[in-house]
This record gives sequence, C-alpha cells and structure tokens, in this order.
Amino acid sequence: MNAMQPPPKQKKLSLKERYAHLTRGLGWNTTYQPMDKVFPFADYEGIKIHDWDAWEDPFRLTMDAYWKYQAEKERKLYAVIESFAQNNGHLNITDARYVNALKLFLTGVSPLEYSAHRGYAHVGRHFVGAGPRIACQMQAIDELRHAQTQIHTMSHYNKFFDGLHDARHMHDRVWYLSVPKSFFEDACSAGPFEFLTAISFSFEYVLTNLLFVPFMSGAAFNGDMATVTFGFSAQSDEARHMTLGLEIIKFMLEQDEANVPIVQRWIDKWFWRGYRLLALVSMMMDYMLPKRIMSWAEAWEMYFEQAGDALFNDLSRYGIRKPKYFEVASKEKHRLSHEVWSTFYNYTQATAFHTWLPTEEEMTWLSGKYPDTFDRLYRPRFECWSEMEKKGNRYYNPTLPQLCVTCQIPMIFTEPDDPTTTCFRSAEYKGERYHFCSDGCKDIFCYEPEKYIQSWLPVHQIYQGNCGGAEMKDVLAWYHLNFGADNFDYTGSPDQKLWDEWQAQRSANAV
Amino acid sequence: MTIEIKTNVIQPRRQTYGNVARRLGADKPASRYDESMFDLQATGVFHYRPTWAPEYELFDARRTAIVLADWHVLRDPRQYYYGTYTIARSRMMEAAEKSFSFAEKRQALTGIDADWTGKIHSYLLPLRHYEWGANMNNSQITDIGFGSAITEAAMFATMDRLGIAQLISRVGLILDGGTGTSLLAAKDAWMASPAWQPLRHAVEDMLVMPDWFELFVAQNLVFDGFIYPLVYRQFDQAGMAHGGAALSPLTEFMADWFEEISRWVDGVITAAGKESEANRDLLSGWTKAWTARAVEAVTPLAESVLGDGAAEAVAEIASQLGQRVRRLGLQA
Amino acid sequence: MSKVSITFQNTDDARHLVDAILTDNPDATASVMPAMTKIDCEGSLSLRRDSVEARIGRSFDLQEIHLSIVTLAGNVDEDDDAFTLAWNTGAR
Repeated sequence: MNAMQPPPKQKKLSLKERYAHLTRGLGWNTTYQPMDKVFPFADYEGIKIHDWDAWEDPFRLTMDAYWKYQAEKERKLYAVIESFAQNNGHLNITDARYVNALKLFLTGVSPLEYSAHRGYAHVGRHFVGAGPRIACQMQAIDELRHAQTQIHTMSHYNKFFDGLHDARHMHDRVWYLSVPKSFFEDACSAGPFEFLTAISFSFEYVLTNLLFVPFMSGAAFNGDMATVTFGFSAQSDEARHMTLGLEIIKFMLEQDEANVPIVQRWIDKWFWRGYRLLALVSMMMDYMLPKRIMSWAEAWEMYFEQAGDALFNDLSRYGIRKPKYFEVASKEKHRLSHEVWSTFYNYTQATAFHTWLPTEEEMTWLSGKYPDTFDRLYRPRFECWSEMEKKGNRYYNPTLPQLCVTCQIPMIFTEPDDPTTTCFRSAEYKGERYHFCSDGCKDIFCYEPEKYIQSWLPVHQIYQGNCGGAEMKDVLAWYHLNFGADNFDYTGSPDQKLWDEWQAQRSANAV
Repeated sequence: MTIEIKTNVIQPRRQTYGNVARRLGADKPASRYDESMFDLQATGVFHYRPTWAPEYELFDARRTAIVLADWHVLRDPRQYYYGTYTIARSRMMEAAEKSFSFAEKRQALTGIDADWTGKIHSYLLPLRHYEWGANMNNSQITDIGFGSAITEAAMFATMDRLGIAQLISRVGLILDGGTGTSLLAAKDAWMASPAWQPLRHAVEDMLVMPDWFELFVAQNLVFDGFIYPLVYRQFDQAGMAHGGAALSPLTEFMADWFEEISRWVDGVITAAGKESEANRDLLSGWTKAWTARAVEAVTPLAESVLGDGAAEAVAEIASQLGQRVRRLGLQA
Repeated sequence: MSKVSITFQNTDDARHLVDAILTDNPDATASVMPAMTKIDCEGSLSLRRDSVEARIGRSFDLQEIHLSIVTLAGNVDEDDDAFTLAWNTGAR
C-alpha cells in the first residue's frame, strides 16, 4: 500500500444513480428459454407494455436500507408489545366494548394482509421489469410483516378476551367474513395488472386511509397503545405501497393508450368492491369505538371526496375519470354505518364479536354527525329495539339473509335516492337468476359472470348442508365460534363480566 | 394506574390462539414463531379459480409431486418471523457496511494484483444475475408453494437474494470507481461469455420449472451448494496469494449467509424426506439430476479461476454436497 | 382544489419534519389528530434535507422518513436533497 499515491477517483453516487446501478440491469432477456414462458402472465389481460425500464420507483429503497429501517421499526414495535403484555396494557383501554373492533380487525383484516403477501409474491415473480418486480417483492414481505405483527400484538388480547382465538379458521368460514375473503380472492385470482390496480391503487391508494387512519386514531383515543404502535408501524410501509399504486397506474396509462379503457374498467370495479368492503369499517367508526374520532361521513369526505378529487383530477390528463358510482357512495355516507350496525345487531347470535345498542349519549353524537338521517330514520329503530330489550324480548332476526352474489353482504342497502327502500338488483345468466345489492355489484357480475357464479355464498352453503349441520349451533360450532361467549350482546358477556371485575378491583385499590 | 390490580384477577383465560393450541396439543404459551407461522395460508373453500392457473385452486398442494399430510412440518429451524429476520439481516448488514466503508475510504481493493482484480470482475460480478435468478425462483416458491411454513421462509430467501445481488453490485461499483461500467461488462459476460453459458442455461431452465419443490432442491440445495463453496471459499482462498484478502470482508456476508440458510434448506429437505419413501425417491432423483447439471455448469467457471485445480475443487464440493445430502436421508 | 398531503406520527423525530415542512412551505397547514399530524398543501409540498439537518444538528437521510410517515397523497419525487409531493393540475 502506498499512502502517497493519489486514490483513484471514487464518484459519490446520488440516490438515483446508486439505485439504478443496484437494480437496473439485474434482469436479462432469456435466450435458453423463451421470455413468454419465463413470464407467462404478462400479456393475457391485454395490457400493453413497450418499455419496462420506463418504470420509476420513487422511493429507491435498496435492501441494505430496507433491512436497516425495517429492523429499527421492528425493534421499537416489539419493545412496545413486550411492555404492553408485562403491564397488562389491556386494562388501560377506555372500555371493553372497544376490543370488539380488534376482533373484527383480526378476523377480517389480518388474514387479508397474509393474502396480500402471497399475491404480491406472485406479481413480484411475474412482472417482466426488474423495477416493478422489486417494489412488489418489498410489498410482499411487508404484508407478511403486517399479518405477523398483528397476530403478535393481538396475542395478548386473545389471552383475556373472547372472539380472537381462531381468526384464520373463522375468516375462511364465517358468513360476514366471506366479504373480505372473497374481495381478496377476487384480486388474487385476477391477472398481475388487475391485482395491482385492485390492491395497490384502488384499495391502498384510494381507500386504505379510511381503514387505517381512523382505526389507529381510534386506538390511540381509546387507550390501546399496542394497536396504535402496530398500526403506525404498518402504516409507515403504506406510503411506499400507496406510491406503488399510483405509479403502476401511471405506468400502464403512459405505456399505451389502449390500456386506458382496461384500467378505467378495473378502477370502476375495484372502487366499488373496496367501498362495499369498507362498510364494515363504517360501523366500526360510528358504533364500535367507545370514544369516537370522526364519523364515517367525515372520513369519507376527507379521504375520498377531497383526496379523490385531487387524485382523479391528476389522472384526468390520461383520460381517466372518477370511478363509476362514486356518487352513490357519497349518497350512502349518511346511512351506511347505521344500516350495517343494525344488521349485525339483528344477527348477533351468529357473530364472533359483541353488539350493543348505542347509549343516549352516543345517539346524541350520531344525531350531531348525521343531522339529516339519524333522528329521522335510525334513532326510532334503536329506541324500539331498546324497548324490546327492556321487556325481555330482545329482537333477533331468525331467518338467514339473502346475500349479494358479488360483495356477499346481505341485501341491506337502500336505494341511492331513497333510504327507506331496500335496493334489489338481479340478472339472469345461463338460466339462473343472481341477486345484487347495487348497480355497482351487478355491473361487476355481468362483466365476468363466469367468475362470480363460483362465489361460495355462506347462506347458500348453510342451506346446502355444507357448514356443519342444519341447526344454528352446528354451524357456529363449525365456525369455531364459542356459543354464549363469542357471540350475543356485550351486556351479559364473559368479556363484560371480567372487565367489570377488573374495574371494581381497580377502584377498590385506588382508595 | 396499571398494576394496582391483584394478579389473581387478571389470570389469562387462554395461553395462545386456538389453532396453535391444537397443533401443540395443549393450550400452553407458544413462541412468536409458532403463533405467526401456523395456519396463515387460507384453507377451506376458495371463491374463484385463479385466472392465471384455472386448473388449480389459489393455494394448491398439487403443484408439487411431494406429498405431505401436514405442510407445517416444513419448519424453519431458525424460527424466523419478519421481526427476527429483519433484525438478523440488519446486524449482518451493519458488519458489511463497515467493511464496505473501509474498502471505499482506504481503497483497499487497489492493493489486489491487477490480474486477480480482472478475475474478480469476471467470476464475481456476473453472479449478480445468478442471484437475481435465485430471487425469482424463491419468489416463485413463495407464490405457489404450499403452506405458510415454507412460503414464509422462501419470502425471506427471496429478499436475501436481492440483497446479495446488490452487495455484489456494490463490489463492482468500488472496482469501477462508481461508473457502473463493470456491471455492464458483467452482464455481457453473463449473456455471452462461454464460461457462463452453462450456468445461465441452468438458471433459465429453473425459471420455467413447474414443480416448486424440485425448484427448491435445484436452486437452494444443489446450485447454491456448488456456487457458494466454490466462489466464496475456493476462489476466495485462491485469491489470497494475489492480495485478494482485501475482498474477503466484502463477501463475508455471503459466506455467513450460506452457512445460515443451509440450516433452513436441510431442515426442509429432511422433513419432507422423513414423511415417505416416495418423497425420498423424488428428492434423491432431483438432487442427482441437478447435481450433474451443476457440475457441468460450474466447471468452466472453476477452470477460468483455478485452472488445473478446477476439476479437483469441483469434485471436492460435489463430494461434500453428497455427504450433506446423505446426512439428510437421501441418496446422493 | 388539488391538495397534496402527508401525515406523520406524533413522535419526537417527526416533530422536526413537520416543523421543517411548515416553515419551507408557507401555504401548508397542519391538523393535529390523536397520535398523528396531517399536513395539507395546495399543489405541491417539499421536505428539504438541509432544513431537517438544521433542526436536528446531524446529517439526515431523507429515507429516514420511512420511520415516521403515516400516509401521503400526491406524486412522489425523492432525490438526495428533497422529498416532494405534487399533483399535475394543468393540461397534459
């Protein structure tokens, strides 16, 4: 080594240059095997890509940085999870009713995170360009992270509360969980470009804020620090995921004009699919959080109407318009959560979380948030049911509901311009009649009937004897739903009993 | 406010999730690995057939000839879940960063003999494409593999291979002064140099292999079982006489990684073989076929670096792999 | 009206990011919610590395925002010196 020798000039690479060197050019055009055999799913959806290298990943994360930042997030997160368990952090939540939002989350959402992991692994293998493939692979492993951190965080709650004990089993069987399950399987069974439009764009970019932001704020407001932490920790990956969603859309639109109508149709379909899925979130926000952050209608205005205006204004230069039926969603915003919560209240015997009627104080809040609809349409319902409860005649709906073939939600929604008339649509295909909750769901079916006639509709399956037996108790046992513990009202539940004991003990000790 | 409650009233009502308790045979405290690995993959009835493979379900055990009663036997002996995985890799990367930073600041690689530097260009840098192939292959296993045990670890391996491809690229950027010319030359070699063609041919054949378990054997057991000892041990040692020691810290990550990943690979193969003679026959047959292919593929590389010593080096690696495979209960 | 937006966790690290953005982008407004802060700005918004460094007294890699970010809206452009969000509002 000669210290006097001038060193060869080492160029300091910018972020963009470094990323380009470390990722671009990793892939090659195969010659021993034909490219269309190596990448067999690149064309069949009709999307035309002329230059995969035109893809730009704005975040330019290389694996060294990925491991570094993600490890730091994980260290912080697991420190919180540990201390939450050691300090019995579940005792600090505002009210045990709150835990029912977690039950819905663990059974309804966490399995989707896992499905996303596998879906992105598929796309991460099969896109032709290295850039989008790497972005998808990073999302694939992130989604695994989300599934696992959620399971680890909820593990403590599962030790103390009912309804969290068998999320995967329930997700694949329980009637209302076929809504999220079918949503994601619809995306995963589609081609790679549709999958990204469905999940990265329509779900992550356009709609996911409506799920995570209020959910996390709600957790913070309700004293659930463990969930706040996993939520934020997961959400810090979302910025990358959302950006992938916007980039893939722009990439398809810029590559070929012929892609525009295909992409528009997917945006229309997946907006509606995603919006229907969020019906569950609307009731969580308006009814399940003991301390509320904002109403569903406010969240819809902030995260869809305002943010969506800016987004679709940006995309209009490609000839993309707002998703079909967005105006129906806005018309429904003042009634969605009430219609959904009422339904779950009516079927509480078959849910893996508890229900309750809103207190007077909560109804006052709802009246304030929904001045045009709540007092006129929903308060009388709740008051009637409350009267029936007092008389020892709590109302249960004994008949199984008819389900929409597309979104698989019971036919509970009302006509866009008349909140007092239930909306029914139907279509005939190959001599059979199929039923839908909305024009949006009907359109989706009619474009791909061969796909949706495969739908595994829980109510049909129960009637066909495929769900453990003919009696409700048999079906619930098949769901692994513990009768008398997981289901029915919060009032009188083992959860409530324990919670009240803890609170009594706490006030006795406080003296 | 928190711990004022006497512990007797806050006894847990259950120790772990129901699915985990059923697998452990009792409701007892479970590891984080078990809680976040078991049963993640969807079961039961799927709603729609994948449009990209309508002959199969979304997750389908029939995508390999290997048959297992319970796919969760394919455990990862490292018990990695995302958190432990990323933390382990960030630690390895911290050490690697120190080595890279040292090599960049002190121009450590300039002390290597010019001839040997040329060899590093030609034997190491094109391997970034081999790693990218391995990334795709493990991504494929994550995609169509069956059960959360194997697919989760395959996901980690997928990212590992991208990381290693990028580490190799960084060596190139040190050697070429950050211009990227070395990487372009390496790609030309990968595409056209006769020494690399048998390997590239094998990698491309793996990219279209329909059976994901065979792919696992070909890539993670056999080909890595040749490439890693050859490049990061034999070539590394051969370089010592030419000032090549300065490179070793920059490829330490790969050497450590191979040792670690082999425990996973061995665990998976052992568990699958233990289940049945039919599985063992399949695994042995795949191992033999791909070993023959690997010997053919790495020999020209070995010759270009080790010259006359190549045949012996390759034979030694083949023999060690044979021993390893027999230890796993297979025939080599 | 096309507002870009970025939301950070209410953490010590993120406080400096919020402060830097609000100073460098006079039109930006912040709304503080439980556990997070949402910043909105008409048209575009930038987070500049030097502004953060001036506040934290050490060198700052813009990729560190991955530790604090909650969500964003707008087209992302990141280089070594700035992280920018923008909507294309004009004609093509």
